[in-house]
Amino acid sequence: MPQISPVLWQFLVKWLTNFALFPPEASRIAPQLDALYFFIVLVSLIGLTIVILLVTSFSILYSKKRHPVPVQIEGSTLLEATWTIVPLGLFLVMFVWGALIYFRVFTPPANAMNIYVVGKQWMWKAEHPGGQHEINSLHVPAGRAIQLTLISQDVFHSFSIPAFRVKREAIPGRYTTVWFEATTPGTYHLFCSQYCGTEHSHMIGDVVVMSPEDYKTWLASSTSGASLAQNGERLFASMSCNACHNARPDARGPSLANVYGAKLTLTSGQTVTVDEAYLRQAILNPSQNITQGYAPIMPTYQGQISEEGLIALIEYIKNLNSDYRVQQTTTTTTLLPGGAGKAAPAKQEPAGQGMVQQ
Amino acid sequence: MSDSTVIAHDGLEAGHHEHSPHLHHQFESVEQQADAGNFAMWLFLLTEVMFFGGLFTVYMIYRNWYYPAFVAASHQLSVKLGGINSVLLITSSLTMTLGVWSAQLRRKGSLIFFLMLTFLLGVVFLGIKGVEYKEKFEKHHFPGANYSLQSFVNPASDPVAVAAGDKPLPLDIAQRTEVYFSLYFAMTGMHALHMIVGMGILLFMIFRARSDAYTTGHTAFVEYFGLYWHFVDIIWIFLFPLLYLINRH
Amino acid sequence: MSDTIVLLPDQSTARIPKRNYLTQENGLLSWLLTRDHKRIGILYLISISFFFLLGGSLAGLIRLELLTPQSDLLATDTYNKVFTMHGVIMIFFFLVPSVPATLGNFFLPLMIGAKDLALPKMNLASWYMYMAGGLLALWAMITGGVDTGWTFTTPLSTHFVNTNVITTGLAIFISGFSSIFTGLNFIVTIHKMRAPGMTWFRLPLFVWSNYAASVLMVLGTPVLGITLILVVLERTVGIGIFDPTKGGDPLLFQHLFWFYSHPAVYIMILPGMGVISEVISTFSRKRVFGYTAVAFSSVAIAVFGFFVWAHHMFIMGISNYAVLVFSLLTMLVAVPSAIKIFNWALTLYKGSITFETPMIYAFGFMGLFTIGGMTGVFLGTSGTDIHLTETYFIVAHFHFVMVGGMLMAFLAGLHFWWPKMTGRMYPEKVSQFAAVVTFIGFNLTFFPQFILGTLGMPRRYASYPPEFQVLNVFSTAGATILGVGYLLPVLYLTWSLKYGAIAGDNPWQATGLEWQTQSPPLTENFTQIPIMDHEAYDYEWLERQKEKEVASVG
Ligand code: HEA
Ligand code: HEA
Ligand code: HEC
Ligand code: CUA
Ligand SMILES: [Cu+2]
Repeated sequence: MPQISPVLWQFLVKWLTNFALFPPEASRIAPQLDALYFFIVLVSLIGLTIVILLVTSFSILYSKKRHPVPVQIEGSTLLEATWTIVPLGLFLVMFVWGALIYFRVFTPPANAMNIYVVGKQWMWKAEHPGGQHEINSLHVPAGRAIQLTLISQDVFHSFSIPAFRVKREAIPGRYTTVWFEATTPGTYHLFCSQYCGTEHSHMIGDVVVMSPEDYKTWLASSTSGASLAQNGERLFASMSCNACHNARPDARGPSLANVYGAKLTLTSGQTVTVDEAYLRQAILNPSQNITQGYAPIMPTYQGQISEEGLIALIEYIKNLNSDYRVQQTTTTTTLLPGGAGKAAPAKQEPAGQGMVQQ
Repeated sequence: MSDSTVIAHDGLEAGHHEHSPHLHHQFESVEQQADAGNFAMWLFLLTEVMFFGGLFTVYMIYRNWYYPAFVAASHQLSVKLGGINSVLLITSSLTMTLGVWSAQLRRKGSLIFFLMLTFLLGVVFLGIKGVEYKEKFEKHHFPGANYSLQSFVNPASDPVAVAAGDKPLPLDIAQRTEVYFSLYFAMTGMHALHMIVGMGILLFMIFRARSDAYTTGHTAFVEYFGLYWHFVDIIWIFLFPLLYLINRH
Repeated sequence: MSDTIVLLPDQSTARIPKRNYLTQENGLLSWLLTRDHKRIGILYLISISFFFLLGGSLAGLIRLELLTPQSDLLATDTYNKVFTMHGVIMIFFFLVPSVPATLGNFFLPLMIGAKDLALPKMNLASWYMYMAGGLLALWAMITGGVDTGWTFTTPLSTHFVNTNVITTGLAIFISGFSSIFTGLNFIVTIHKMRAPGMTWFRLPLFVWSNYAASVLMVLGTPVLGITLILVVLERTVGIGIFDPTKGGDPLLFQHLFWFYSHPAVYIMILPGMGVISEVISTFSRKRVFGYTAVAFSSVAIAVFGFFVWAHHMFIMGISNYAVLVFSLLTMLVAVPSAIKIFNWALTLYKGSITFETPMIYAFGFMGLFTIGGMTGVFLGTSGTDIHLTETYFIVAHFHFVMVGGMLMAFLAGLHFWWPKMTGRMYPEKVSQFAAVVTFIGFNLTFFPQFILGTLGMPRRYASYPPEFQVLNVFSTAGATILGVGYLLPVLYLTWSLKYGAIAGDNPWQATGLEWQTQSPPLTENFTQIPIMDHEAYDYEWLERQKEKEVASVG
């Protein structure tokens, strides 16, 4: 159609080819959330229709021309009660339904595969358990529950995957989690949706959902040589954690084997379940929760270890299910470049980042 | 009711009350004016409660989280100076009340005297506060880039900490003392700011009182200011134990 | 014209009363030092219009930039400054003071039969505080702007941006006083200055809703004040209350900020709801259906409004149980608004309805606020909020309630009371046209944003993936129409100051006390303090009143 101006033509073509009204549903939770969404849409439409109907019909029926003399009415308790109770009831349905979905989205199943995500101005860094490291993209297998453990190293960010209907804030100084199970292989948008400064709108990337086979190939091709836990193991040695946590009879610190998920009793008498957040606290602010039976001698590692380093350490500790491994580290230290051994003070290794990122 | 107009009938004509020279044009009667003024003052104090309420909430949360650090940090404050200041402020509340009382009795001389006394007590309070602040600055206990943890990780180096019998705090706990001092400066600073504003108004009142502004029956302003001053006093009454006496009984 | 209720005096003989609040004194100084609530209302009206046009121009820039997916018109940091200033100006310097400080200031004393607000000096001080804050904000904008978003999220605002956070924070702090002063003044005036016979349940609903909003202003604003002070202190001297590296908690900032800013959204909507009550009643010539329910729903909104703040933080790592509680309370706070909408709709029932401009705006309000409010319920539902939060869905939600709701209500009120304020009528046909234009432009601007949000487009994005462009183009096109729709009233209202028809005391045949005095009113409002001997919205009383007048004249 040469008559139409090219700009307009382009626009029309774009419109016809690109006119999305609804995002793809690519996760298990998406249809559930959409069901609720459409329920509320429906209720809203009904509510709106009632309002519009009332207003227009009264406007027509009781316009001044047709109805010159108004009839004064006080009100009606019955009606008042109706339009209090009916909306309230509907809102409560939404509340309960919404809460169910909310709890589902933020309660990961036990067998979920955990991927760590670190947000910083202005990129997303993902750490896979196998040591794969990506920036502004996330590769996940379809059909498997994936848990994300998020943290930010500077300001608030928010990890948003519209096609999965999940989103979670990455907060400085604290882990947050979210999980999803992707269903359809494909590439989806990944946004940072919390305003985080100048390049906020460029903190975007792709979530690539792959079939399990493709995912295996991807894993193999992007491996960095060492798994996350192995990186942690090296850090554990190089930061001399094993000076105290070495599972020897005379060890000054408690054995960390099987500590993840265990219930600890603190000197304050509280009991805590050890999760990622607790491990992080235990490393950064050890004196704030002292395990019963131990002296508060563990130094703080605040400022000496990057978020990625912490993640590696935590992943390592999580995977410690026998003292054997700890004792192994004791011996592998000597193999490390420089052979600093367990005597090396932690301060000489300013940040574990280099170790992890390689 | 009869269908009277909204415009009043002759019954309620203007000029029905005695017209006090202090009656503002928008009010119908002196009582209404006093009523409204009082009510407004209390509402204003309510906004102040919300203002400080925000700070107190923040304080309570952090104190819960970082109790040991708060205890150690509070030992750095001088209970003696704080105590003297409390006495000063309570006394100044008393002198303020006496000022209001003098105004009501239309005693100009004594009103000016008590206002000046109140002002003076405020000056001494702020002076002492200044001495305390100065000491904090010198010990680098003012939060920010120069903040120093010496007194907490190594109390032996600090006579004040030694006197309080402080044990060395682990580094990660000691760091939380900065939160304490942040709150200390924010809270006492806001309190001091209220005092400074109050003292400005005191000066103004002293100035005006000389020309009989409050001693001819129109004491409202002095009374409202009295309420404000007591409020500032009460804030301190809360601040003192919360900041100075965390674990001292 | 039989389809209107306008009752104008004979234009060939009618004059604007010689003595009125406008002619009482002359000269700039007589305005700058005035204590007259009506003049202060006008001062406010002029200043907020200025800020609205400024904020609107910034909105124009936003929409232009979003015409294309790349950030080509504005660099990303400029864009961030533009939307921040747009939000700051529109919220703190336009919408919060819009109805209360202009129409409320002007009409509240008239409606309750008082000579003035209880504290006229404080009223003037509030305007100066507002101007000081506004000019400081402008200064911040000219000298480099600020790019934190209107929410000042820490630690971004305290440690990571290097723009004028301090100046802007102080500007908002200062203008907060104006809000507190206005609210305080209203509360005292409503409690203590009502005319004889004016009981609480004879108050016009406009007064009720301003009362509720005032309570929110008085209790909420100080908390924002202290929060901003802490942010400023954190930036200047480096105290560590919100700084995670020092043991502070950035979420605490969110709690404090939203503790004000959620009630603030009701500060913004409640006075507008009051306007709607007046307008709907007047143009359907009927008592507001369920007066008590409408009055109490304002109070309910004000009370519940203080306990829902964390619904802005559903995915920010507050505990799941906190989410439950706040989601539930959000549902409760939504109900009173629905009550109001239905009561207004039923007010029309068996009325005698005419369709002057204020009424058209009011109808616009009812439709758009229902959409805006119901989409608020999408966000209050914790499950759907996960997907919709931080997207254009929110942008659309709050523009529907704030622009489609409050701005429409403000325009309704402005047209409704324009004859009283100026003594002259606005041109009816043009303004009806403008109202319809705004309605169309508004929907075209903001409805596509719901779809954008559902598709997942995050807010505060200077650039976006290309598949969102089509909807953005619609939105920008709509904004252009909307801009025209808002420019028109500016033009014809100014025009009417000189050329509008003489309005007379009560062109709408409305019942409020403000209509029983001359237009424009005298400096102390009434020649004699009125006695209220009938219910609010008593049209039969008005009829009898007119008969009596005719009888006494004839
Ligand atoms: C005037 C301003 C205003 C008003 C009145 C409202 C009203 C409401 N708002 Fe909104 N809101 C904002 C301004 C406003 N909001 C702003 C500015 C933001 C964003 C801030 C930012 O992040 O920048 C926001 C954000 C916001 C959020 C946070 C979203 C997020 O960050 O994730 C939430 C969540 O719950 C919410 C909910 C609500 C609710 C439930 C109402 C309710 O009060 C609405 C009640 C009204 C109704 C419900 C309509 C009446 C209904 C009917 C007549 C139909 C009923 C019929 C049937 C059910 C059959 N709002
Ligand atoms: C009262 C509140 C209010 C009002 C009235 C408006 C009005 C408008 N807003 Fe605004 N908006 C907000 C409050 C408001 N907004 C807030 C709080 C935010 C969030 C900020 C943040 O994220 O921090 C926001 C954000 C926001 C965004 C999202 C930016 C982003 O997240 O990236 C957009 C995008 O479309 C937008 C558009 C508009 C438009 C098109 C209008 C239109 O309605 C405006 C129409 C008016 C005009 C066009 C002016 C008419 C006059 C002229 C054109 C005259 C020309 C000028 C002179 C002669 C001087 N606004
Ligand atoms: C000086 C000795 C010492 C060093 C070095 C040390 N720790 Fe510890 N650690 C302890 C002691 C003692 C405890 C028990 C008391 C407590 O909870 O703080 C402990 C507790 C812990 C805990 C909490 C689990 C539990 O069972 O209480 C974790 C996790 C931990 N350490 C990890 C580490 C890591 C990782 C490093 C190195 C980066 C490290 N530690 C270095 C002495 C040490
Ligand atoms: Cu990171 Cu936005
Ligand atoms: Cu809210």
